[in-house]
Amino acid sequence: MPADPAAPRGVPPLVVSGVSKTYRGQDRKTVVAVDDVSFAIAPGAAVSLVGASGSGKSTLARLITGSERPTSGTITFGDLIVSRLRAAGQRRLYRQVQTVFQDPYGALNPLHTVEYTLMRPVQNFLGATSAQARGRVHELLETVGLSPARQFAAKLPHQLSGGQRQRVVIARALACDPGLVVADEPVSMLDVSLRAGVLSLLAELRRERGLSLLYITHDLLSARAITDEVLVLHHGRIVERGATSQVLRHPQHDYTIRLIEAVPNPYARPGTTSPGRSTP
Amino acid sequence: MPPLLAARGIRVAYTPAQGPRIEAVRNVDLEVAAGEFVGIVGESGCGKSTLGYAITRMLRPPARLEGGSITFDGTDIAVLDGERLRRQRRNGFALVLQSGMNALNPVRTIRQQFADIMKAHARPGDDVAAAGLDRRGLELLEAVRLEGAVLRRFPHELSGGMRQRVAIALALALEPRLIVFDEPTTALDVIVQQAVLQTIRDLQRHRGFTGVLISHDLGVVLSATDRVMVMYAGRIVEDQPSAALLSGPHHPYTEALLDCYADPAGDVIELRGIPGTPPDLSRAPSGCAFEPRCPLAEDICRVQDPPLMPLGSGQAACHVRARLQEASHAS
Repeated sequence: MPADPAAPRGVPPLVVSGVSKTYRGQDRKTVVAVDDVSFAIAPGAAVSLVGASGSGKSTLARLITGSERPTSGTITFGDLIVSRLRAAGQRRLYRQVQTVFQDPYGALNPLHTVEYTLMRPVQNFLGATSAQARGRVHELLETVGLSPARQFAAKLPHQLSGGQRQRVVIARALACDPGLVVADEPVSMLDVSLRAGVLSLLAELRRERGLSLLYITHDLLSARAITDEVLVLHHGRIVERGATSQVLRHPQHDYTIRLIEAVPNPYARPGTTSPGRSTP
Repeated sequence: MPPLLAARGIRVAYTPAQGPRIEAVRNVDLEVAAGEFVGIVGESGCGKSTLGYAITRMLRPPARLEGGSITFDGTDIAVLDGERLRRQRRNGFALVLQSGMNALNPVRTIRQQFADIMKAHARPGDDVAAAGLDRRGLELLEAVRLEGAVLRRFPHELSGGMRQRVAIALALALEPRLIVFDEPTTALDVIVQQAVLQTIRDLQRHRGFTGVLISHDLGVVLSATDRVMVMYAGRIVEDQPSAALLSGPHHPYTEALLDCYADPAGDVIELRGIPGTPPDLSRAPSGCAFEPRCPLAEDICRVQDPPLMPLGSGQAACHVRARLQEASHAS
């Protein structure tokens, strides 16, 4: 087994520089999904990428995780040039950069138990024997709050609630001990009452394991809860960036203001303040 | 004036081929006045969609309406079936399904889907010629703020927000007096969600239909409705005017739901959820279903399921809060 995952280790910075991605759409019209985007995530930092549907945020995620290549520009993660990887390098990248997907109902193979799903990355990337892998799976399950681990390990996805499934997806992303986790709308399909639990878990894991986090969302308020820095993406371009609390309080760009106002927060309505209490 | 919809003692159970029977809606009373726009809110599995399906008679096996009456415009629709139910449906109520993408027929154009509805429910003398149907289709698309060109499109050619608007336009086609919206904006991003909700509210005001909005998101429900019913484990546990609910919830579960939203103006955004999980409805809870997760729970809560009691400007089902209110009135 490799070194203790909680031990301090060198996580390299992610550097995205001058990245664009164009698609050839219907009628040969080109669609610029990502337009000259540059930013960096320092080792262990948490950055939010915020935008509505079609802003290019998920395209950017696919470029960073190496599932697609940019049309121009470069993406590096330490000595890995993500934008130009071949097979062997890709394998090293997948070990280092993992994704938490939006849809916990679609991200897990319905025919495999939780244990099998989590054992695969441990065996593939860490070269563990199945007995070692099993032990690690149980640790992972406890880490993401699925306890008792033995009981959850034996379950199939359909036997879990949405929140529990998303915890399994997070455990899978952590299984090979990556340096960067890209969480693409990890809570938008969950009940409001479950979102806090999953987001706190991500924030906590990032702190404890010293990994970097890229949190992709359309909900600026949730971005503030778990990340220090925010990038607002609109039509493929970064239109505003800065400290999350600063951007939330003093948004400069019209689009950022619209994003904040659209969040259905009961306390964000004009004339309302913090919750009143009926306790006599 | 009697309410447009009055449901009494609604009970719905799922009886799957394998596995235990689940009581999803447990003895719910619900009234909606003509022209009112009410919300039903609660976590996944609380029975809110099942209740929405029950009051529009859309339940399909393994779900079954096991008891209760549903009086719509003076007629008990709970006992109707076949052609008589269809006639009542034509006469006035519709359901907009969660995620419009799945509710539309993927192999028919929007024009054909309008025509299907109009022809299926045509009354003698109705104009079902192509020109008339197109005119009606265009008018409905305009009502939901879509371009007329959408009529010629297939669902896959439209964005999620556009499909949801089409689903709403289809529900309006027969000019229903009651429309139940089941999570109409859940799959949409915040900006599109806000625009669709705005459209629903405008339509409701201008056309004057009665609306029921079902969502897990209290923020969405409060922003759109006049009155909110909070559901937990198959029961309505609180029923208050929306404005009153925001400033003073009475049920501890409603408070917990509100607590999930951070104050955006606050210095620190704190993340809060609701600890614990809803009860397993294959075994009916003996006392208050929320008791295991409730910070106020007392002995009585474990043995006696509280009914809805007058509290604040509405009703709530909480022993502790009811007693505290009584005590404060007495003093």
